[in-house]
Amino acid sequence: MVGGAVNHSTGLDAHLVVSRGEAFTLDVSLSIPAGHTVALLGPNGAGKSTVVAAIAGLLPLDEGCITLDGRTLDDPAGDVLVPAEDRSIGVVFQDYVLFPQMTVVENVEFGLRSRRVPRRSAHEQAMRWLDRIGLGDLADRRPNDLSGGQAQRIAVARALITEPDLLLLDEPLAALDATTRVDLRRTLADHLDQFAGPRMVITHDPTEAFLLADEIHVIEDGVITQVGTPDDIRLRPRTPYIADLAGSNLVLGTASAGIVTTDTQHLHIADTHISGPVLAAIHPRAIIIDRHQPDGSPRNTWEATVTRIEHYGDRVRLQTGDPLPLTAEITPDALSDLQIVEGSVVWISIKATEISVEKD
Amino acid sequence: MIVGLVAGALVLAACGGAGDTTGDDVLVSAASSLTEVFTEIEEAFESATPEIDVVLNIGGSSGLREQILAGAPADVFASANISNMDLVADAGDVEGDPAIFARNRLEIAVPTGNPGSVTGLADFSRDELLIGLCAEDVPCGDYGRQVLQRADVVPSVDTEEPNVRALLTKIEAGELDAGIVYVTDVVSTGGDVDGIEISDDDNVYADYPIAVLTDAPNGDAAAAFMAFVLSDEGRSILADHGFGLP
Amino acid sequence: MTKRATSWDRRKRRPPVVLVILAVLGLSVFVIPLLGLLARTPWSDLPTLLTSDVVLDALRVSVVASLGATAISAILGIPLAWVLARVEFPGRAIVRGLVVLPLVLPPVVGGAALLFALGRRGLIGEPLNEMTGLVLPFSMWGVIIAATFVAMPFLVITVEGGLRNLDPRYEGAAATLGAGRWTVLWRVTLPMIGSSLAAGLALTWARALGEFGATITFAGNLQGRTQSLPLAVYVAMESDRGAAVALSLIMVVISLTVLIVLRHRWWGAL
Repeated sequence: MVGGAVNHSTGLDAHLVVSRGEAFTLDVSLSIPAGHTVALLGPNGAGKSTVVAAIAGLLPLDEGCITLDGRTLDDPAGDVLVPAEDRSIGVVFQDYVLFPQMTVVENVEFGLRSRRVPRRSAHEQAMRWLDRIGLGDLADRRPNDLSGGQAQRIAVARALITEPDLLLLDEPLAALDATTRVDLRRTLADHLDQFAGPRMVITHDPTEAFLLADEIHVIEDGVITQVGTPDDIRLRPRTPYIADLAGSNLVLGTASAGIVTTDTQHLHIADTHISGPVLAAIHPRAIIIDRHQPDGSPRNTWEATVTRIEHYGDRVRLQTGDPLPLTAEITPDALSDLQIVEGSVVWISIKATEISVEKD
Repeated sequence: MIVGLVAGALVLAACGGAGDTTGDDVLVSAASSLTEVFTEIEEAFESATPEIDVVLNIGGSSGLREQILAGAPADVFASANISNMDLVADAGDVEGDPAIFARNRLEIAVPTGNPGSVTGLADFSRDELLIGLCAEDVPCGDYGRQVLQRADVVPSVDTEEPNVRALLTKIEAGELDAGIVYVTDVVSTGGDVDGIEISDDDNVYADYPIAVLTDAPNGDAAAAFMAFVLSDEGRSILADHGFGLP
Repeated sequence: MTKRATSWDRRKRRPPVVLVILAVLGLSVFVIPLLGLLARTPWSDLPTLLTSDVVLDALRVSVVASLGATAISAILGIPLAWVLARVEFPGRAIVRGLVVLPLVLPPVVGGAALLFALGRRGLIGEPLNEMTGLVLPFSMWGVIIAATFVAMPFLVITVEGGLRNLDPRYEGAAATLGAGRWTVLWRVTLPMIGSSLAAGLALTWARALGEFGATITFAGNLQGRTQSLPLAVYVAMESDRGAAVALSLIMVVISLTVLIVLRHRWWGAL
């Protein structure tokens, strides 16, 4: 096994290296102990589907190793490659991929029938699953006739019925509308909790990741950029992408004698000792918005145009433009008091002490 | 625009088609066994009368007969037997009287080297040999069966070819062990098949009639062609190819 | 007010006249020859003709040969289509070209090629004959082989098209559920390309039924053994017009029946 991955006798251990042409190489390591849920969070094109395919056995590794419960599934160096049908991994695909020419119950019993379980027994087990999730009366319907939520639950049943060693969910809620998504998120969370083995949820939706996972691995451009609990990710984002997800502002610059210089702006910071390339984080609520140029202590002030206004329940987020685009958060009252609309020109001020700085 | 181009092309094609049959063109429908000899006759005729162009339409005589009866624009019909010509005459499609211009006899053809060890007509009843005849309605097939009947042989036939040339090709290729074709056919292959004579007692004479057709688009040129075939020069060419002369 | 609305609606729904005229002309290309055939049918003699030996023999040869050719095309063609669709190998484009070749080759040329390859003195036929005494031309097998040669490309092409259009995720999902390769093929892939497969089989069978040039060149022509319906029509045209028409009528009826019965799948896949 390649160094860096800890050997567990249960759970998933994977170091995945896959090259997809000149442009893209996937190189990630992850470990999921039994009974834990890991979310792989990342933007489209980051390599998430490649990870799914590699672990499921639909794509061989170029380098690296995959072991599940101590069994080696893929080891190019050792010339071991277990085909997908022998891996005992339950996969729920994006768009569910239910077999259109089979009925719902035939879909659910498929995994059992493929393992030579006799027809009647497989059918009974499938019907029991369907009844348990309340979809027994859909047994003879075709996948085409199902709603998104029904299809999702049947896809999960189809994967779980074979009692796999690992559960892999690829964007399990992405295809659903907002209301269904909220409903099914809870059901999904329950299924996950009841599953004894390791579980991996692949998603681009941070809320899904935060709510379903014990640990989040963020993937960007084929590499893992941060690993941590949902709080770690949210409060201490390491890349602009993660900062955007969590809603924080992340700025790259060079620090010297208390000033961080970016392409377009100088920021005064509290730490005068730090120097070199840094990551500066500014919480949206730490940004003060006013119509007039403020006087007083904040030394970071400038004029900017409000490019977007979004309402999030009892909070309002403003996107401001040049010279340094930021996301600020204010109350709805403040929005109306200041009479801010898209296109309004406002003054931004940030206290030096509100800017947290980390070496890049 | 495109419609205009397509329409224009269609008009041109139609005009072109009509033009082919006017002028001094003679369309001669001739039996397969006349392929080589009529080609030579065509060349000789065209050099003698350069203003006339002969177009040969070769096929099994019965097929040609059906074409003529269905109204094909042929000028001359040269058949390998009299019955086909009679059918055409009965329908009133023959101008004047047909004339016999050649005679042919039948011969057994075998692939070079005679792999089936055929010695005569009696071998045609051997099951293990692959035997071919022309289809019954084709003159060659009719004659072949007459010959076998006279020799009292019941043949074990494996295929009935639509014309004598198709039969000959398969014998040449060694795919058949034996067949009955015309003497002139064996000559025309120039050694690509071996011939085994059929005795005079069993053999049949094939009389080849030629006639100008009533609906001939070019009656005068047709008559000239027919006259050439019956002339001394025509007869000498026929004799060169192994045909008997009436 | 109401009147104006309906006449405006009607104008919208009537198709353009030029289009209709061209469509009718197009239809007549198919219908007029059929009418010609029906006009020449000797209706009073038809029952005797249809039960004559020539006709029944030809029918039997044609049915056996076309079904045989279709079966062989399916057994060999589906795997070939699968390889062409799924396996990347050098020279794949050339192989695909070879598969399509019988479609553009004149059938007689195909028949001649078969003769040179599989005939008694053929490249493969000669050693085959020497070893086993087997002679392929001039036998029912010859008819089946000739029909397979010209018809199999249809099956390979439609099935390959169906496989290419198949989302590979279904087979992936089946694999993750534990299905081995044969199970995936049998329970997922083939059912999902069902309509392409059906259309391919129908086209293949139709082409095999109508095959003439390759058959007469390779298999020869003998009533009861190798004389299929098209060959019988050809021969009858020169002697017994009535029989020719009766045979032609049978072919038209058989073909129309099968194609109409399969029309749903046909349109779906094409």
